[in-house]
Amino acid sequence: MNNLLNSYFVKTHKLEISITIIAVVLFLIYFLGAPHVFTRFPIYRAFMQSMPFFGIIAISATFVVTLGEIDLSFPSIVGITSLIFGIIMTSTDGNFFIAFILATSLGMFAGLVNGLLVTKIGIPSIVATIGTLFFWRGLVNVISQGSGIAIVDVADGTWHHMIFVEKLFGKIPMQFIWFIVLTGLMQWVYRYHKFGNHIHFVGDNKASAQMMGINVDNVKIIAFVQLGFFSALAGIFTMYEMLYFWPTQGEGLMLTTLAAVFVGGTSVFGGKGTIFGTFIGVLIIGSLESGIVALGLSGFYVKFINGLMITVAVTVYALIQRRKN
Amino acid sequence: MAEELLKLQNIYKNFGNVKVLKDVNIKINKGEVVALIGDNGAGKSTLIKVITGVHSPNTGKVFFKEKEVQIKSVAQSRKMGIEAVYQERALCDQQELYRNIFAGREITNSFGFLDIKKQRKEAEKILRDYIGFTSKAITVDSQVMGLSGGEKQGVAFGRSLYFNSDLIVLDEPTMGLSIQETEKVLNFVKGLKNENKSAIFIDHNIIHVYGAADRFIILDRGEVVGEFNKEDISREELVQKMIQLHESGKIKVED
Repeated sequence: MNNLLNSYFVKTHKLEISITIIAVVLFLIYFLGAPHVFTRFPIYRAFMQSMPFFGIIAISATFVVTLGEIDLSFPSIVGITSLIFGIIMTSTDGNFFIAFILATSLGMFAGLVNGLLVTKIGIPSIVATIGTLFFWRGLVNVISQGSGIAIVDVADGTWHHMIFVEKLFGKIPMQFIWFIVLTGLMQWVYRYHKFGNHIHFVGDNKASAQMMGINVDNVKIIAFVQLGFFSALAGIFTMYEMLYFWPTQGEGLMLTTLAAVFVGGTSVFGGKGTIFGTFIGVLIIGSLESGIVALGLSGFYVKFINGLMITVAVTVYALIQRRKN
Repeated sequence: MAEELLKLQNIYKNFGNVKVLKDVNIKINKGEVVALIGDNGAGKSTLIKVITGVHSPNTGKVFFKEKEVQIKSVAQSRKMGIEAVYQERALCDQQELYRNIFAGREITNSFGFLDIKKQRKEAEKILRDYIGFTSKAITVDSQVMGLSGGEKQGVAFGRSLYFNSDLIVLDEPTMGLSIQETEKVLNFVKGLKNENKSAIFIDHNIIHVYGAADRFIILDRGEVVGEFNKEDISREELVQKMIQLHESGKIKVED
Protein backbone atom coordinates (compact mmCIF):
# COMPACT_ATOMS: atom_id res chain seq x y z
CA MET A 1 0.00 0.00 0.00
CA ASN A 2 2.81 2.31 0.94
CA ASN A 3 4.58 1.40 -2.25
CA LEU A 4 1.52 2.19 -4.23
CA LEU A 5 1.13 5.59 -2.61
CA ASN A 6 4.74 6.49 -3.37
CA SER A 7 4.73 5.26 -6.94
CA TYR A 8 5.61 7.63 -9.72
CA PHE A 9 2.13 7.54 -11.20
CA VAL A 10 0.47 8.53 -7.92
CA LYS A 11 2.99 11.28 -7.26
CA THR A 12 2.49 12.89 -10.62
CA HIS A 13 -1.27 12.43 -10.75
CA LYS A 14 -2.35 13.60 -7.30
CA LEU A 15 -4.88 16.03 -8.72
CA GLU A 16 -6.44 13.57 -11.11
CA ILE A 17 -6.73 10.96 -8.38
CA SER A 18 -8.30 13.34 -5.85
CA ILE A 19 -10.87 14.61 -8.30
CA THR A 20 -11.76 11.07 -9.35
CA ILE A 21 -12.27 10.10 -5.72
CA ILE A 22 -14.55 13.11 -5.20
CA ALA A 23 -16.60 12.12 -8.23
CA VAL A 24 -16.88 8.51 -7.09
CA VAL A 25 -18.00 9.60 -3.61
CA LEU A 26 -20.55 11.96 -5.13
CA PHE A 27 -22.01 9.23 -7.32
CA LEU A 28 -22.05 6.87 -4.34
CA ILE A 29 -24.12 9.44 -2.46
CA TYR A 30 -26.53 9.65 -5.40
CA PHE A 31 -26.63 5.91 -5.64
CA LEU A 32 -27.34 5.30 -1.97
CA GLY A 33 -29.61 8.31 -1.53
CA ALA A 34 -31.75 7.73 -4.59
CA PRO A 35 -31.35 4.10 -5.70
CA HIS A 36 -34.66 4.15 -7.53
CA VAL A 37 -33.19 6.73 -9.90
CA PHE A 38 -29.55 5.81 -10.07
CA THR A 39 -29.93 2.06 -10.55
CA ARG A 40 -31.78 2.67 -13.80
CA PHE A 41 -30.46 3.67 -17.18
CA PRO A 42 -32.52 6.79 -18.07
CA ILE A 43 -30.68 9.12 -15.68
CA TYR A 44 -27.37 8.19 -17.29
CA ARG A 45 -28.83 8.70 -20.73
CA ALA A 46 -29.98 12.14 -19.63
CA PHE A 47 -26.46 12.91 -18.40
CA MET A 48 -24.91 11.72 -21.63
CA GLN A 49 -27.36 13.84 -23.52
CA SER A 50 -26.84 17.11 -21.66
CA MET A 51 -23.21 17.09 -20.50
CA PRO A 52 -21.49 17.30 -23.90
CA PHE A 53 -22.97 20.73 -24.66
CA PHE A 54 -20.91 22.46 -22.01
CA GLY A 55 -18.37 19.64 -21.70
CA ILE A 56 -16.88 20.25 -25.14
CA ILE A 57 -16.39 23.92 -24.31
CA ALA A 58 -14.93 23.11 -20.89
CA ILE A 59 -12.30 20.83 -22.44
CA SER A 60 -11.37 23.54 -24.92
CA ALA A 61 -11.43 26.30 -22.28
CA THR A 62 -8.89 24.31 -20.23
CA PHE A 63 -6.27 25.43 -22.78
CA VAL A 64 -7.13 29.10 -22.23
CA VAL A 65 -7.20 28.77 -18.45
CA THR A 66 -3.83 26.97 -18.47
CA LEU A 67 -2.46 30.06 -20.20
CA GLY A 68 -3.50 32.04 -17.13
CA GLU A 69 -6.15 33.72 -19.25
CA ILE A 70 -9.93 33.52 -19.20
CA ASP A 71 -12.64 33.76 -21.83
CA LEU A 72 -16.06 34.94 -20.69
CA SER A 73 -17.40 35.53 -24.19
CA PHE A 74 -18.01 31.91 -25.22
CA PRO A 75 -21.72 31.90 -24.24
CA SER A 76 -22.30 34.66 -26.77
CA ILE A 77 -20.08 32.98 -29.37
CA VAL A 78 -22.37 29.96 -28.99
CA GLY A 79 -25.30 32.34 -29.53
CA ILE A 80 -24.05 34.09 -32.67
CA THR A 81 -22.72 30.94 -34.34
CA SER A 82 -25.96 29.03 -33.63
CA LEU A 83 -27.93 31.90 -35.10
CA ILE A 84 -25.84 31.87 -38.28
CA PHE A 85 -26.10 28.08 -38.44
CA GLY A 86 -29.90 28.35 -38.15
CA ILE A 87 -30.20 31.08 -40.75
CA ILE A 88 -28.03 29.26 -43.30
CA MET A 89 -29.70 25.90 -42.70
CA THR A 90 -33.16 27.32 -43.27
CA SER A 91 -32.20 29.52 -46.22
CA THR A 92 -30.25 26.80 -48.09
CA ASP A 93 -32.83 24.12 -47.46
CA GLY A 94 -30.56 22.24 -45.11
CA ASN A 95 -27.10 22.56 -46.68
CA PHE A 96 -25.14 21.19 -43.76
CA PHE A 97 -21.66 21.83 -45.17
CA ILE A 98 -22.12 25.52 -45.85
CA ALA A 99 -23.86 26.07 -42.52
CA PHE A 100 -21.21 24.13 -40.61
CA ILE A 101 -18.26 25.85 -42.28
CA LEU A 102 -19.68 29.34 -41.91
CA ALA A 103 -20.72 28.85 -38.28
CA THR A 104 -17.38 27.41 -37.19
CA SER A 105 -15.47 30.03 -39.19
CA LEU A 106 -17.42 32.74 -37.44
CA GLY A 107 -16.60 31.06 -34.11
CA MET A 108 -12.90 31.07 -34.96
CA PHE A 109 -13.14 34.68 -36.08
CA ALA A 110 -14.71 35.63 -32.74
CA GLY A 111 -11.86 33.78 -31.02
CA LEU A 112 -9.35 35.63 -33.18
CA VAL A 113 -10.85 38.96 -32.11
CA ASN A 114 -10.45 37.95 -28.46
CA GLY A 115 -6.89 36.81 -29.09
CA LEU A 116 -5.89 40.01 -30.86
CA LEU A 117 -7.46 42.23 -28.18
CA VAL A 118 -5.52 40.36 -25.51
CA THR A 119 -2.13 40.08 -27.25
CA LYS A 120 -1.78 42.94 -29.72
CA ILE A 121 -3.84 45.59 -27.93
CA GLY A 122 -2.91 44.37 -24.47
CA ILE A 123 -6.31 44.31 -22.77
CA PRO A 124 -6.52 41.80 -19.90
CA SER A 125 -8.57 38.84 -21.13
CA ILE A 126 -11.19 39.17 -18.39
CA VAL A 127 -12.01 42.69 -19.57
CA ALA A 128 -11.66 42.09 -23.31
CA THR A 129 -13.99 39.09 -23.25
CA ILE A 130 -16.63 40.89 -21.17
CA GLY A 131 -16.70 43.35 -24.05
CA THR A 132 -17.08 40.66 -26.69
CA LEU A 133 -19.59 38.79 -24.49
CA PHE A 134 -21.94 41.77 -24.75
CA PHE A 135 -21.01 42.51 -28.35
CA TRP A 136 -21.89 39.10 -29.82
CA ARG A 137 -25.04 38.71 -27.72
CA GLY A 138 -26.07 42.18 -28.78
CA LEU A 139 -25.56 41.24 -32.41
CA VAL A 140 -27.69 38.12 -31.89
CA ASN A 141 -30.51 40.28 -30.57
CA VAL A 142 -30.21 42.79 -33.40
CA ILE A 143 -30.17 40.16 -36.14
CA SER A 144 -32.79 37.82 -34.68
CA GLN A 145 -35.00 40.64 -33.42
CA GLY A 146 -35.69 38.44 -30.45
CA SER A 147 -37.31 35.57 -32.32
CA GLY A 148 -36.18 31.97 -32.65
CA ILE A 149 -35.53 29.82 -35.72
CA ALA A 150 -36.90 26.32 -36.15
CA ILE A 151 -34.63 23.98 -38.11
CA VAL A 152 -36.78 20.92 -37.59
CA ASP A 153 -37.91 20.79 -41.24
CA VAL A 154 -34.39 20.87 -42.66
CA ALA A 155 -32.50 18.92 -40.01
CA ASP A 156 -34.71 16.27 -38.48
CA GLY A 157 -34.12 12.82 -39.90
CA THR A 158 -31.07 13.83 -41.96
CA TRP A 159 -27.73 12.01 -41.89
CA HIS A 160 -26.10 14.93 -40.09
CA HIS A 161 -28.77 14.87 -37.43
CA MET A 162 -27.97 11.21 -37.03
CA ILE A 163 -24.23 11.61 -36.57
CA PHE A 164 -24.61 14.55 -34.20
CA VAL A 165 -27.32 13.60 -31.72
CA GLU A 166 -29.15 10.36 -32.47
CA LYS A 167 -28.75 7.35 -30.19
CA LEU A 168 -26.18 4.69 -30.91
CA PHE A 169 -27.85 1.27 -30.55
CA GLY A 170 -30.90 3.23 -29.50
CA LYS A 171 -29.26 3.97 -26.14
CA ILE A 172 -26.13 6.11 -26.23
CA PRO A 173 -26.48 9.67 -27.48
CA MET A 174 -24.02 10.39 -30.28
CA GLN A 175 -22.98 13.70 -28.74
CA PHE A 176 -21.53 11.79 -25.81
CA ILE A 177 -19.46 9.63 -28.13
CA TRP A 178 -18.18 12.81 -29.78
CA PHE A 179 -17.46 14.30 -26.38
CA ILE A 180 -15.36 11.27 -25.38
CA VAL A 181 -13.48 11.27 -28.69
CA LEU A 182 -12.77 15.00 -28.50
CA THR A 183 -11.67 14.74 -24.88
CA GLY A 184 -9.17 12.01 -25.83
CA LEU A 185 -7.92 14.01 -28.77
CA MET A 186 -7.56 17.23 -26.77
CA GLN A 187 -5.82 15.43 -23.91
CA TRP A 188 -3.31 14.15 -26.44
CA VAL A 189 -2.74 17.62 -27.87
CA TYR A 190 -2.56 19.13 -24.37
CA ARG A 191 0.17 16.82 -23.11
CA TYR A 192 1.95 15.54 -26.19
CA HIS A 193 1.72 18.15 -28.91
CA LYS A 194 4.06 21.09 -29.35
CA PHE A 195 1.10 23.45 -29.05
CA GLY A 196 -0.01 21.95 -25.73
CA ASN A 197 3.57 22.10 -24.50
CA HIS A 198 3.78 25.80 -25.42
CA ILE A 199 0.47 26.46 -23.65
CA HIS A 200 2.03 25.16 -20.44
CA PHE A 201 5.20 27.22 -20.79
CA VAL A 202 3.41 30.46 -21.64
CA GLY A 203 0.99 29.97 -18.75
CA ASP A 204 3.84 29.15 -16.39
CA ASN A 205 6.00 32.15 -17.17
CA LYS A 206 5.46 34.36 -20.16
CA ALA A 207 8.89 35.99 -20.06
CA SER A 208 10.74 32.67 -19.80
CA ALA A 209 8.68 31.17 -22.60
CA GLN A 210 9.59 34.08 -24.81
CA MET A 211 13.28 33.74 -23.98
CA MET A 212 13.09 30.07 -24.90
CA GLY A 213 11.93 31.06 -28.34
CA ILE A 214 8.21 30.40 -27.97
CA ASN A 215 5.98 32.85 -29.83
CA VAL A 216 3.81 33.87 -26.88
CA ASP A 217 1.29 35.95 -28.84
CA ASN A 218 0.66 33.24 -31.41
CA VAL A 219 0.12 30.59 -28.76
CA LYS A 220 -2.46 32.79 -27.03
CA ILE A 221 -4.25 33.69 -30.23
CA ILE A 222 -4.51 30.05 -31.32
CA ALA A 223 -5.88 29.14 -27.88
CA PHE A 224 -8.68 31.69 -28.20
CA VAL A 225 -9.39 30.66 -31.81
CA GLN A 226 -9.79 26.98 -30.92
CA LEU A 227 -12.15 27.94 -28.10
CA GLY A 228 -14.18 29.93 -30.64
CA PHE A 229 -14.30 26.86 -32.86
CA PHE A 230 -15.44 24.53 -30.10
CA SER A 231 -18.03 27.04 -28.87
CA ALA A 232 -19.50 27.01 -32.37
CA LEU A 233 -19.39 23.22 -32.41
CA ALA A 234 -21.20 23.05 -29.05
CA GLY A 235 -23.80 25.43 -30.45
CA ILE A 236 -24.35 23.19 -33.46
CA PHE A 237 -24.78 20.14 -31.21
CA THR A 238 -27.39 22.04 -29.21
CA MET A 239 -29.19 23.07 -32.37
CA TYR A 240 -29.48 19.46 -33.53
CA GLU A 241 -30.69 18.33 -30.13
CA MET A 242 -33.32 21.06 -29.82
CA LEU A 243 -33.95 21.58 -33.55
CA TYR A 244 -34.51 25.17 -32.61
CA PHE A 245 -32.51 28.36 -32.16
CA TRP A 246 -33.49 30.76 -29.44
CA PRO A 247 -31.86 34.17 -28.89
CA THR A 248 -30.60 33.44 -25.37
CA GLN A 249 -28.94 30.20 -26.48
CA GLY A 250 -25.69 29.64 -24.61
CA GLU A 251 -26.38 32.09 -21.81
CA GLY A 252 -26.59 29.42 -19.13
CA LEU A 253 -23.23 27.93 -20.04
CA MET A 254 -20.89 30.33 -18.28
CA LEU A 255 -21.19 28.99 -14.75
CA THR A 256 -21.22 25.29 -15.51
CA THR A 257 -18.39 25.40 -18.03
CA LEU A 258 -15.90 27.42 -16.01
CA ALA A 259 -16.90 25.57 -12.85
CA ALA A 260 -16.04 22.26 -14.53
CA VAL A 261 -12.58 23.57 -15.48
CA PHE A 262 -11.82 24.88 -12.00
CA VAL A 263 -13.32 21.95 -10.10
CA GLY A 264 -11.29 19.76 -12.44
CA GLY A 265 -8.12 21.18 -10.94
CA THR A 266 -6.68 23.41 -13.65
CA SER A 267 -4.71 26.15 -11.94
CA VAL A 268 -6.18 29.64 -12.08
CA PHE A 269 -2.60 30.91 -12.01
CA GLY A 270 -1.69 29.14 -15.22
CA GLY A 271 0.96 26.63 -16.18
CA LYS A 272 -0.72 23.53 -14.80
CA GLY A 273 -3.89 21.76 -15.67
CA THR A 274 -5.49 18.53 -16.68
CA ILE A 275 -7.97 17.64 -19.41
CA PHE A 276 -8.93 14.48 -17.57
CA GLY A 277 -9.70 16.62 -14.50
CA THR A 278 -11.94 18.86 -16.57
CA PHE A 279 -13.71 15.77 -17.88
CA ILE A 280 -14.42 14.61 -14.34
CA GLY A 281 -15.37 18.20 -13.48
CA VAL A 282 -17.98 18.00 -16.22
CA LEU A 283 -19.37 14.77 -14.74
CA ILE A 284 -19.58 16.41 -11.30
CA ILE A 285 -21.06 19.76 -12.30
CA GLY A 286 -23.31 18.21 -14.93
CA SER A 287 -24.81 15.71 -12.51
CA LEU A 288 -25.39 18.04 -9.55
CA GLU A 289 -28.79 19.36 -10.55
CA SER A 290 -30.44 16.02 -11.24
CA GLY A 291 -28.56 14.41 -8.37
CA ILE A 292 -29.70 16.97 -5.83
CA VAL A 293 -33.31 16.80 -6.95
CA ALA A 294 -33.24 12.99 -7.01
CA LEU A 295 -31.93 13.00 -3.46
CA GLY A 296 -35.12 14.77 -2.45
CA LEU A 297 -33.70 18.23 -1.89
CA SER A 298 -35.51 21.13 -3.46
CA GLY A 299 -34.17 22.61 -6.68
CA PHE A 300 -33.29 25.74 -4.74
CA TYR A 301 -30.23 23.94 -3.40
CA VAL A 302 -28.68 23.41 -6.80
CA LYS A 303 -26.87 26.72 -7.12
CA PHE A 304 -25.94 26.71 -3.46
CA ILE A 305 -24.25 23.31 -3.64
CA ASN A 306 -22.70 24.21 -6.98
CA GLY A 307 -21.18 27.30 -5.39
CA LEU A 308 -20.00 25.33 -2.40
CA MET A 309 -18.27 22.75 -4.61
CA ILE A 310 -16.45 25.39 -6.65
CA THR A 311 -15.33 27.42 -3.65
CA VAL A 312 -14.09 24.40 -1.74
CA ALA A 313 -12.33 22.96 -4.79
CA VAL A 314 -10.40 26.09 -5.73
CA THR A 315 -9.50 26.68 -2.07
CA VAL A 316 -8.08 23.18 -1.75
CA TYR A 317 -6.10 23.50 -4.98
CA ALA A 318 -4.73 26.89 -3.95
CA LEU A 319 -3.62 25.41 -0.62
CA ILE A 320 -1.93 22.46 -2.34
CA GLN A 321 -0.16 24.93 -4.61
CA ARG A 322 0.98 27.06 -1.69
CA ARG A 323 2.36 24.09 0.20
CA LYS A 324 4.39 23.14 -2.84
CA ASN A 325 6.01 26.55 -3.00
CA MET B 1 44.92 37.68 -35.31
CA ALA B 2 41.97 36.07 -33.56
CA GLU B 3 38.99 35.02 -35.60
CA GLU B 4 35.99 37.28 -35.24
CA LEU B 5 32.68 35.72 -34.14
CA LEU B 6 30.30 38.59 -33.49
CA LYS B 7 30.50 42.26 -34.29
CA LEU B 8 27.99 44.98 -33.45
CA GLN B 9 28.31 48.20 -35.39
CA ASN B 10 26.68 51.52 -34.45
CA ILE B 11 23.80 49.93 -32.60
CA TYR B 12 21.02 52.25 -31.45
CA LYS B 13 17.98 51.12 -29.52
CA ASN B 14 15.14 53.28 -28.22
CA PHE B 15 12.13 52.39 -26.15
CA GLY B 16 9.78 55.23 -26.99
CA ASN B 17 11.72 58.36 -26.14
CA VAL B 18 14.25 56.59 -24.00
CA LYS B 19 17.55 56.01 -25.76
CA VAL B 20 18.79 52.82 -24.18
CA LEU B 21 21.69 52.09 -26.53
CA LYS B 22 23.66 54.85 -28.23
CA ASP B 23 26.12 53.97 -30.97
CA VAL B 24 27.39 50.77 -29.44
CA ASN B 25 30.32 49.03 -31.15
CA ILE B 26 31.64 45.76 -29.81
CA LYS B 27 33.46 42.74 -31.14
CA ILE B 28 33.83 39.23 -29.78
CA ASN B 29 36.38 36.72 -31.06
CA LYS B 30 36.20 32.96 -31.09
CA GLY B 31 37.19 31.42 -27.81
CA GLU B 32 36.93 34.71 -25.96
CA VAL B 33 34.97 35.54 -22.82
CA VAL B 34 33.88 39.15 -22.72
CA ALA B 35 32.39 40.75 -19.64
CA LEU B 36 29.86 43.54 -19.92
CA ILE B 37 29.94 45.70 -16.84
CA GLY B 38 28.09 48.80 -15.78
CA ASP B 39 25.49 50.10 -13.37
CA ASN B 40 21.82 49.29 -13.43
CA GLY B 41 20.26 50.93 -16.43
CA ALA B 42 23.52 51.05 -18.36
CA GLY B 43 21.89 49.03 -21.13
CA LYS B 44 23.64 45.71 -20.56
CA SER B 45 20.49 43.64 -20.61
CA THR B 46 19.12 45.43 -23.64
CA LEU B 47 22.39 44.86 -25.46
CA ILE B 48 22.36 41.13 -24.89
CA LYS B 49 18.68 40.99 -25.83
CA VAL B 50 19.63 42.53 -29.16
CA ILE B 51 22.17 39.75 -29.58
CA THR B 52 19.73 36.99 -28.64
CA GLY B 53 16.92 38.30 -30.83
CA VAL B 54 14.51 39.37 -28.09
CA HIS B 55 14.80 43.00 -29.24
CA SER B 56 15.67 44.35 -32.68
CA PRO B 57 17.97 47.40 -32.83
CA ASN B 58 16.52 50.61 -34.30
CA THR B 59 19.63 51.13 -36.41
CA GLY B 60 23.01 49.50 -36.70
CA LYS B 61 24.52 46.37 -38.14
CA VAL B 62 25.15 42.96 -36.67
CA PHE B 63 27.78 40.61 -38.10
CA PHE B 64 28.01 36.96 -37.10
CA LYS B 65 30.91 34.89 -38.42
CA GLU B 66 31.74 37.89 -40.60
CA LYS B 67 28.39 37.91 -42.36
CA GLU B 68 25.83 40.62 -41.84
CA VAL B 69 22.71 39.23 -40.17
CA GLN B 70 19.40 40.48 -38.87
CA ILE B 71 18.42 38.62 -35.74
CA LYS B 72 14.65 38.80 -35.61
CA SER B 73 13.76 36.13 -33.07
CA VAL B 74 15.15 33.94 -30.33
CA ALA B 75 14.57 30.91 -32.50
CA GLN B 76 16.73 32.44 -35.21
CA SER B 77 19.61 33.39 -32.92
CA ARG B 78 19.58 29.87 -31.52
CA LYS B 79 19.73 28.41 -34.98
CA MET B 80 22.77 30.55 -35.74
CA GLY B 81 24.48 29.26 -32.62
CA ILE B 82 23.77 31.88 -29.97
CA GLU B 83 22.46 30.50 -26.72
CA ALA B 84 21.29 32.53 -23.73
CA VAL B 85 21.52 31.48 -20.11
CA TYR B 86 19.36 33.74 -18.02
CA GLN B 87 19.55 33.56 -14.29
CA GLU B 88 15.92 33.70 -13.30
CA ARG B 89 14.09 33.28 -16.51
CA ALA B 90 16.01 30.36 -17.88
CA LEU B 91 13.38 27.79 -17.00
CA CYS B 92 9.67 27.43 -16.26
CA ASP B 93 9.09 26.28 -12.70
CA GLN B 94 6.08 24.02 -12.93
CA GLN B 95 7.21 22.06 -15.97
CA GLU B 96 9.35 18.94 -16.02
CA LEU B 97 13.08 19.18 -16.71
CA TYR B 98 12.97 17.30 -19.97
CA ARG B 99 10.26 19.63 -21.23
CA ASN B 100 12.28 22.67 -20.18
CA ILE B 101 15.39 21.51 -21.96
CA PHE B 102 13.54 21.22 -25.25
CA ALA B 103 11.07 24.10 -24.88
CA GLY B 104 10.82 26.07 -28.09
CA ARG B 105 12.67 23.40 -30.11
CA GLU B 106 10.84 20.23 -29.24
CA ILE B 107 11.69 16.94 -30.88
CA THR B 108 8.50 16.16 -32.77
CA ASN B 109 7.13 14.05 -35.57
CA SER B 110 5.83 15.71 -38.71
CA PHE B 111 2.43 16.34 -37.10
CA GLY B 112 4.01 18.29 -34.27
CA PHE B 113 3.54 15.60 -31.63
CA LEU B 114 6.39 15.32 -29.16
CA ASP B 115 8.77 12.42 -29.13
CA ILE B 116 8.65 12.14 -25.35
CA LYS B 117 10.84 9.06 -25.24
CA LYS B 118 13.64 10.69 -27.17
CA GLN B 119 13.35 13.95 -25.25
CA ARG B 120 13.64 12.12 -21.95
CA LYS B 121 16.56 10.06 -23.17
CA GLU B 122 18.46 13.10 -24.43
CA ALA B 123 17.63 15.03 -21.27
CA GLU B 124 19.00 12.13 -19.26
CA LYS B 125 22.22 12.38 -21.24
CA ILE B 126 22.46 16.12 -20.62
CA LEU B 127 21.95 15.71 -16.88
CA ARG B 128 24.58 13.00 -16.67
CA ASP B 129 27.25 13.97 -19.21
CA TYR B 130 27.09 17.73 -19.46
CA ILE B 131 26.02 18.73 -15.99
CA GLY B 132 27.18 15.81 -13.93
CA PHE B 133 24.05 15.52 -11.81
CA THR B 134 24.37 12.41 -9.73
CA SER B 135 21.70 13.15 -7.16
CA LYS B 136 18.87 10.65 -7.27
CA ALA B 137 16.44 13.33 -6.19
CA ILE B 138 16.68 15.06 -9.55
CA THR B 139 15.41 13.20 -12.58
CA VAL B 140 14.31 14.33 -15.99
CA ASP B 141 10.74 14.22 -14.70
CA SER B 142 11.42 16.57 -11.78
CA GLN B 143 9.71 19.91 -11.80
CA VAL B 144 12.16 22.78 -11.96
CA MET B 145 10.56 24.25 -8.82
CA GLY B 146 12.51 21.91 -6.54
CA LEU B 147 15.95 22.75 -7.91
CA SER B 148 18.47 25.08 -6.26
CA GLY B 149 19.71 28.15 -8.10
CA GLY B 150 22.95 26.43 -9.04
CA GLU B 151 21.15 23.36 -10.31
CA LYS B 152 18.89 25.51 -12.47
CA GLN B 153 21.95 27.27 -13.82
CA GLY B 154 23.53 23.89 -14.49
CA VAL B 155 20.53 22.78 -16.51
CA ALA B 156 20.64 25.97 -18.56
CA PHE B 157 24.37 25.48 -19.22
CA GLY B 158 23.91 21.83 -20.09
CA ARG B 159 21.25 22.84 -22.54
CA SER B 160 23.51 25.36 -24.25
CA LEU B 161 26.32 22.82 -24.57
CA TYR B 162 24.02 20.16 -25.91
CA PHE B 163 22.78 22.41 -28.67
CA ASN B 164 26.37 23.07 -29.62
CA SER B 165 26.28 26.85 -29.68
CA ASP B 166 29.22 29.09 -30.60
CA LEU B 167 28.31 32.04 -28.42
CA ILE B 168 26.85 31.71 -24.96
CA VAL B 169 25.22 34.72 -23.39
CA LEU B 170 25.25 34.71 -19.59
CA ASP B 171 22.99 37.18 -17.82
CA GLU B 172 23.98 37.43 -14.16
CA PRO B 173 24.77 33.73 -13.91
CA THR B 174 25.95 33.91 -10.30
CA MET B 175 23.16 36.03 -8.85
CA GLY B 176 21.69 34.48 -5.73
CA LEU B 177 24.00 31.47 -5.74
CA SER B 178 25.93 30.04 -2.83
CA ILE B 179 29.73 30.37 -2.86
CA GLN B 180 30.14 26.75 -3.86
CA GLU B 181 27.65 27.01 -6.67
CA THR B 182 29.20 30.26 -7.88
CA GLU B 183 32.52 28.47 -8.11
CA LYS B 184 30.95 25.81 -10.32
CA VAL B 185 29.43 28.39 -12.62
CA LEU B 186 32.71 30.30 -12.98
CA ASN B 187 34.56 27.09 -13.73
CA PHE B 188 32.05 26.37 -16.38
CA VAL B 189 32.65 29.76 -17.99
CA LYS B 190 36.41 29.19 -17.96
CA GLY B 191 35.87 25.75 -19.45
CA LEU B 192 34.15 27.27 -22.47
CA LYS B 193 37.46 28.64 -23.73
CA ASN B 194 38.93 25.16 -23.97
CA GLU B 195 36.21 24.24 -26.41
CA ASN B 196 36.86 27.39 -28.46
CA LYS B 197 33.41 28.70 -27.57
CA SER B 198 32.81 32.37 -26.84
CA ALA B 199 30.76 33.98 -24.12
CA ILE B 200 29.32 37.31 -23.14
CA PHE B 201 29.07 37.57 -19.42
CA ILE B 202 27.14 40.07 -17.32
CA ASP B 203 27.72 40.18 -13.61
CA HIS B 204 27.61 42.79 -10.89
CA ASN B 205 30.41 41.20 -8.99
CA ILE B 206 33.71 42.47 -10.40
CA ILE B 207 35.65 39.78 -8.60
CA HIS B 208 33.70 37.09 -10.44
CA VAL B 209 33.98 38.94 -13.70
CA TYR B 210 37.69 39.48 -13.36
CA GLY B 211 38.40 35.83 -12.74
CA ALA B 212 36.40 34.53 -15.65
CA ALA B 213 36.69 37.05 -18.48
CA ASP B 214 39.42 37.91 -21.00
CA ARG B 215 38.18 41.37 -21.83
CA PHE B 216 35.98 43.94 -20.10
CA ILE B 217 33.59 46.33 -21.79
CA ILE B 218 32.18 49.06 -19.60
CA LEU B 219 28.76 50.44 -20.48
CA ASP B 220 27.34 53.63 -19.07
CA ARG B 221 23.95 55.06 -19.94
CA GLY B 222 23.82 53.22 -23.22
CA GLU B 223 27.36 53.94 -24.38
CA VAL B 224 30.61 52.02 -24.34
CA VAL B 225 32.86 54.15 -22.14
CA GLY B 226 35.81 51.85 -21.72
CA GLU B 227 37.33 48.61 -22.94
CA PHE B 228 40.24 46.76 -21.33
CA ASN B 229 42.10 43.54 -21.90
CA LYS B 230 42.81 41.53 -18.81
CA GLU B 231 46.58 41.80 -19.37
CA ASP B 232 46.36 45.58 -19.27
CA ILE B 233 44.46 46.08 -16.06
CA SER B 234 44.59 44.64 -12.57
CA ARG B 235 41.52 43.78 -10.57
CA GLU B 236 42.06 46.75 -8.28
CA GLU B 237 42.40 49.12 -11.20
CA LEU B 238 39.18 47.82 -12.71
CA VAL B 239 37.36 48.31 -9.43
CA GLN B 240 38.87 51.79 -9.19
CA LYS B 241 37.58 52.62 -12.68
CA MET B 242 34.08 51.53 -11.78
CA ILE B 243 34.06 53.62 -8.61
CA GLN B 244 35.36 56.58 -10.56
CA LEU B 245 32.64 56.13 -13.15
CA HIS B 246 30.06 55.88 -10.47
CA GLU B 247 31.18 59.07 -8.77
CA SER B 248 32.00 61.32 -11.67
CA GLY B 249 30.12 59.74 -14.53
CA LYS B 250 33.39 59.59 -16.50
CA ILE B 251 36.29 57.28 -16.95
CA LYS B 252 39.80 58.59 -17.25
CA VAL B 253 41.50 56.71 -20.00
CA GLU B 254 45.23 57.10 -19.83
CA ASP B 255 47.20 55.65 -22.69
